[in-house]
Amino acid sequence: MTAAIVKVRDLVKDFAVPGGRAGAKAVLRAVNHISFDIALGETLGLVGESGSGKSTTGRLLVGLISATSGEIELFGETITGPGGGKRLETVRRKMQFVFQDPHGSLDPRMRVGDCIAEPLDGVGGFSRRDRADRVAELLETVGLPRAVADRYPHEFSGGQRQRIGIARALALRPEFLVCDEPVSALDVSMQAQIINLLLDLQDRFGLSYLFIAHDLAVVRSIAAHVAVMYAGALVEQAPKSVLYAAPKHPYTQALLDAVPRPEPDRVRAPALGGEIPSILNPPPGCAFSPRCPLVMERCRSERPMPRAIDAGHRVACHLYETKS
Amino acid sequence: MTTPLLEVSDLTVRFRTDTGWMTAVDKVSLQIAPGEALGIVGESGSGKSVTALSILRLHAMATTRLPTGRIMWGGRDLLGLSMRDMRAIRGRDIAMIFQDPMSSLNPVLTIADQIGETLRLHQGLDAAASRRRAIELLDLVRIPDAARRVDEYPHRLSGGMRQRVMIAIAIACRPKLLIADEPTTALDVTIQAQILDLLRDLQAELGMSVILITHDMGVIAEFARRVMVMYAGRVVEAAPVGGLFTAPLHPYTEGLLASIPKLDVDVRRLPSIPGSIPDPTMVIQGCRFGPRCPIIEAGCRQDPMLLPAGLEREVRCPPRIAP
Repeated sequence: MTAAIVKVRDLVKDFAVPGGRAGAKAVLRAVNHISFDIALGETLGLVGESGSGKSTTGRLLVGLISATSGEIELFGETITGPGGGKRLETVRRKMQFVFQDPHGSLDPRMRVGDCIAEPLDGVGGFSRRDRADRVAELLETVGLPRAVADRYPHEFSGGQRQRIGIARALALRPEFLVCDEPVSALDVSMQAQIINLLLDLQDRFGLSYLFIAHDLAVVRSIAAHVAVMYAGALVEQAPKSVLYAAPKHPYTQALLDAVPRPEPDRVRAPALGGEIPSILNPPPGCAFSPRCPLVMERCRSERPMPRAIDAGHRVACHLYETKS
Repeated sequence: MTTPLLEVSDLTVRFRTDTGWMTAVDKVSLQIAPGEALGIVGESGSGKSVTALSILRLHAMATTRLPTGRIMWGGRDLLGLSMRDMRAIRGRDIAMIFQDPMSSLNPVLTIADQIGETLRLHQGLDAAASRRRAIELLDLVRIPDAARRVDEYPHRLSGGMRQRVMIAIAIACRPKLLIADEPTTALDVTIQAQILDLLRDLQAELGMSVILITHDMGVIAEFARRVMVMYAGRVVEAAPVGGLFTAPLHPYTEGLLASIPKLDVDVRRLPSIPGSIPDPTMVIQGCRFGPRCPIIEAGCRQDPMLLPAGLEREVRCPPRIAP
């Protein structure tokens, strides 16, 4: 087992939202006591539907927003708690973010070369020549010709723009990338190209990824470990081979069943009923209990905590608690 | 062979853009039988949505040249109808649902008002009768607590519930044909499954034909009986779903199916289609897929035709047709 470069313990993020009476704020718990590790050179796939808290988790990890409580350790530095901000600065350059929308994340008035060099300009100390060389090298790394540095983002397709976004993320030679739905805005024939590029970059530079996605099949094609979120909580995490072959949590099972597959003869199980709960007003006990086909009495009052049921396999479900 | 409910022949739609005219839909023909589920699958710019909008003549008039071809419905060519006659068909005989249920619903009208609009217009129901019917329809699309929900505004509903309301509006007059344009794309996976189940049940209960337009091969496999694959404005392959998925003929279909991430097996590297989807304003000589095609040959430089290739199948690919 290689060392974990990311350690998350009991992480919580609350947002204050307008609600209640007379300007009172309601609290929305977007991330609810989650813990996980990411090993050096590995990919953790973080899967969930709308409002599951997966994107908030990604933003917490790179310090774009700060945690309400709990601990995040990156490259051995604890970036949460007192003095966390200072320690974050020492590791900030080792991580970068790749966004979902390759249209919205590139400035339409900047040339591609300048978009990619922006992180270099932020750090400073590069001569014009070094800067241009580095841009050319980055473009080649992501499979684009050097000459595109002088063109503008609108001249490129979605897939090419995502390559530009990745080149920019790589500019400062990071070791850890948070990729938030990097292929979900792309056409299927483009998705495979970008996934393969991310795999190649990982092999070449030893990168570690947090890969956030709603598409379980996409996650299977890139991640080594998978964590499933529902309404702010981590309901199951396991090595990929285990999670897809033998999912334990009823939500993971339902999610896998619900994905339409390109197999005309397959008869899908009837859809799970109910709706994704509002995290503003979550159900008591297990958040999945109102939709769970295997719900028990205690699920409605007592929140299940994640427990290890096998090496690297954790499930938050009362079904798997050994009876005392 | 039963008479088709709808028969589109050689539909061509051209748009004006900043850089000139572009052909969004290029000589598309399709037929749908009563009660049939037809899938149209394609990526961005394939022309799948424009084809659907053209059937109901819903594209922007200002930037669209009058479509050419024929759209035969009940012995009449829809392309030749007056706007007044067209309005009588929309919502009554042919209904449509869209990807984004929020922007398709009016935020300042209650659900009862919006379902009622169709009922008052096409069936002349009064306010009380249309409200009663709206509640029945919400029940039919399985919205719990319909009698209360009918008086709510769209923002109070989740995305899945809004799409159910859209479906309720669409089926209010028992249309013979429902066109569903990416009806589940904006929804979460577990909600998507609910909506697909609902559409299939309603199709059987009401005996409707459905044209389902999507980019998702999984949704096609689950819902459609017959499928048309579009690429850059043209139909490249048409086949019953079984045959298409087990033995795709067109190299684009083949590449697309291969590049879908698999849920049940580990693939270290996904096969991908090289290159990008062509810019719609760009003129490509011959086969539009040529620049990305692994089996291109001399014959592909003339415009290939969509030709029969076995039972109920057609393909636009000379190398795959040649004996």
